[in-house]
Amino acid sequence: MKRANFLFLNLFFLYSATTLLGQTKISGTVKEPKGKPVIGASITVKDSYDGATSDSTGKFSFFTQEKNQQIIQVSNIGYKMYEQAVVLSGTSVIIDVILKPEVTELTAVVLSAGTFEASDRKKAAAVLDPIDIVTTASANGDITGALKTLPGAQQVGESEGLFVRGGTAAETKTFIDGTLVNNFFFSSVPNVAQFSRFSPFIFKGTVFSTGGYSALYGQALSSALILESIDLPEQSSANLGITVLSGSIGFQKLSKKKNASWGINYSYTDLGLAFAVIKQKQDYSKVPTYHNFDGNFRIKTSKTGMLKYYGYYSANKLAFTTNSIDSIGYLDKFAISNGNFYHNLAWRESLANRWKVQTGISYTNNKDDINSRMQTTDKRDVALSGLEAKNFSIDTKGNYFNAKIVLEKKLKGLSALRFGSEYNFSSDKLNYTSYNGQIFPSVVKEHIKSFFTEADVYVTSGLALKGGIRSEHSSLLNKLNIAPRASLAYKLGKGSQASIAYGVFYQNPERRYLPSSSALTFMKATHYILQYQKVLNMQSLRAEIFYKKYDNLVKTGIVNFSEAAINNNGFGDAKGFELFWRDKKTIKNFDYWISYSYLDTKRDFLNFPFAIAPNFAAKHTLNLVGKKFVQKIKTNFNLAYNYNSGRPYYNIGYDGANYKFTDRGSIPAYHNVSFALNYLPSIGKKNAKSFAVYVLQVSNILNINQVYGYRYNYNGSRRETVTPTSRMFVFLGAFISFGIDRTNEIINNGL
Amino acid sequence: MKKTMMILAVSLFTASAFAQTEKYTKAMEALVPSVDSLREKDALVSLSNSFERIANAEKTQWLPFYYAALAQINAGYTYTVDGSFSDKTAEIDPVADKAEELIKSAETLSKDNSEIWVLRKMLATLRLMGNPMVRFQQYGAIASAALETAKKINPENPRVFMLEGQDLFFTPEEYGGDKKEAKKRFEIAIEKFKAQKPESSIHPSWGMYRTMYFMSQVK
Repeated sequence: MKRANFLFLNLFFLYSATTLLGQTKISGTVKEPKGKPVIGASITVKDSYDGATSDSTGKFSFFTQEKNQQIIQVSNIGYKMYEQAVVLSGTSVIIDVILKPEVTELTAVVLSAGTFEASDRKKAAAVLDPIDIVTTASANGDITGALKTLPGAQQVGESEGLFVRGGTAAETKTFIDGTLVNNFFFSSVPNVAQFSRFSPFIFKGTVFSTGGYSALYGQALSSALILESIDLPEQSSANLGITVLSGSIGFQKLSKKKNASWGINYSYTDLGLAFAVIKQKQDYSKVPTYHNFDGNFRIKTSKTGMLKYYGYYSANKLAFTTNSIDSIGYLDKFAISNGNFYHNLAWRESLANRWKVQTGISYTNNKDDINSRMQTTDKRDVALSGLEAKNFSIDTKGNYFNAKIVLEKKLKGLSALRFGSEYNFSSDKLNYTSYNGQIFPSVVKEHIKSFFTEADVYVTSGLALKGGIRSEHSSLLNKLNIAPRASLAYKLGKGSQASIAYGVFYQNPERRYLPSSSALTFMKATHYILQYQKVLNMQSLRAEIFYKKYDNLVKTGIVNFSEAAINNNGFGDAKGFELFWRDKKTIKNFDYWISYSYLDTKRDFLNFPFAIAPNFAAKHTLNLVGKKFVQKIKTNFNLAYNYNSGRPYYNIGYDGANYKFTDRGSIPAYHNVSFALNYLPSIGKKNAKSFAVYVLQVSNILNINQVYGYRYNYNGSRRETVTPTSRMFVFLGAFISFGIDRTNEIINNGL
Repeated sequence: MKKTMMILAVSLFTASAFAQTEKYTKAMEALVPSVDSLREKDALVSLSNSFERIANAEKTQWLPFYYAALAQINAGYTYTVDGSFSDKTAEIDPVADKAEELIKSAETLSKDNSEIWVLRKMLATLRLMGNPMVRFQQYGAIASAALETAKKINPENPRVFMLEGQDLFFTPEEYGGDKKEAKKRFEIAIEKFKAQKPESSIHPSWGMYRTMYFMSQVK
């Protein structure tokens, strides 16, 4: 019937075209610059009903009654609109159109060298989804845990932080909504890695740079972890969590007009129960307890403006003893209590003429009371002759204030110009109380003022350049630095691109080696990165090679019986290559990634007698992560395997004049298999009043003996292995939320 | 292209004797029935283009924007037919962005319109289908909120019940899908389809055949 109609119409038009004057035939083809036909493009005589759609060969043809001067418009999704003036007079018009692809985040190359992004925005750098951060088995619900399965990061188990490409954990800095976070992790405990303070669920975007990062960030020699907090929640809700480790309760309220929200959460963690079941290496006299409060408000200040506040307070305590390595028959006691306030206020707004402002302030107050004692086996404090120095207390009070403003002007297409300023203030007070009650106070105050500017230039959608410069002034060092940054990305083909990055990065000497009586300067790192990336249809491949050069690393010496910075004569380098492969396609409903890093690094810093590979750098690191969701039983299965080749170990002794290695070697290779299971019985239930998630996690499921390194007694004559606090760890939890389906949010919450 | 010719044919027959509104109505009348019958992606894109031309020429009518968006969304759904949970955002998002633009234009011309909220629901579902595992939470909530709004504005809108039924029909049972319940919604929808009195020949009335098709699949 239709076909007949069509035939009839064709005949009719043949007739009308030749007989009726004033009808103009318009025909032609629509193609891409490379000559491929554009299918489905709309061809229109402007402000008329007349037009057509290009067919599968890019051809089109239609008749119009419009006359005289007219404009023909050709448009299609993903292309720039094409316009051409024509005169319609009855004579056939032929138009062959080349449509230029629109430069969008989706189609353009991405300056991705050194950058991993967890985001639901479709970009080449976004190799992870936000949900990956919490569903990676070995991550234990910790942001940095998931990032450790990416190339570039080391599997260092004995202390917290991200060790990137031969850098120390202190060389990675974390930023929330643009501003620096001073105490991202809970305070360090000897040989027990601590978690990051912040729940992964308060962030919607994660950018992990393993090098070559933007001029907007500084004071980090190796890596920047850039976190963006969530905006308004979808709905008001209340939630409850009970696990073997903790209990939590929270409330989140969204205003009726959906333009503002506030929320509060409280959680209490007590490791007593878990430690009673799973034997720990340490003997806890005070099992770790944590009280965490946080609160937030978010206000939509205009159509494009958003004001966000996040506040956090944590109080935690722990104390334990281990058999003393220095004197058999005695114990070493370590106790710490920590209080931490954190406030972050951020505001962003789009202004007229494609300007945008993003600004924020953060304030941290951190207090640590650390107590180290030698004890008898019945836990009475003793001072042994020659080992008196093991009895000491350290009280620290840190006040940190950070402010930052970034102005952005969008230029043509995706090109943009950014500039701004950052201010970091820190005041660290430390009282060291020695065994005889003598107090050694010290105060270090620092103001760092920074200015930065950078430009993104998209020459075409297939070639992008970024150039930036950052300058920092440190009041403590009384020095100024200037750090250039540059990167380039070039599209090689569909889904594939190459990019390079270069940058100079400066960082102040670490607080723990200050104050120093010597004049110090900034430590410096120079990065060179070359990347190839191919992202196609649920598969992504990345390969990167890098070279990083360290200059002016801090060297330490014994000054007044303690280790302090003496000069900037340290140096080092790191080179290697990394591979990342993610595949969601080959096996249906199974998602996995593999990452491999090769790292060759040496450095001479702190008290090293000469340049060696440091103990936080393994030559080979491999991670396998697999995820499978079984719809029938509403259960998510996650498995992860982490491997690294044996890291170096060493002991450095001081003979009164020089440092020297008293022992050196390589620890056994590290293997870890983790398993996690999330059961979501209420998933998909329409209008469910409550939503529950049950979580089971087992780390080191094969119960493999893992060694992180060795610790030595005071004179280096005896050593002990440093291992995880327990071999296998099992976690069980139930999370229930009321009022909203928060599937993703609940998994692992409170860990 | 066919449609274009049909418009032209219609306009030729009627010549210039009719007023502009007549021309508009006729052009729309020629296209509107296809909304319910076309299934193929290229044909739907072509249909959407035809509606958009009318929309841009008329400027003050919400219906051509509405239909252009509807055809675009239906074109987007053709990417999701494999029913897998794989990531199709690269294909779906540009189509959804285009549809959203058209919906926004329709909204500025007709506020608090139950039919446009139905489109909002369909758009959210389309985006959800782009990557269900990741987007389930966000777009699921948006979709059901939009459908509720559509229902609140016009409880007699048959398309609301049709979509409720479709959601129940397509969702796997373990996620709250329920074929029996779906059938009940389809039955309500059909009653309401029979009772619906569109304001004009070109106001939304589509969905009956689709609903009957789903009904036949339930059993």
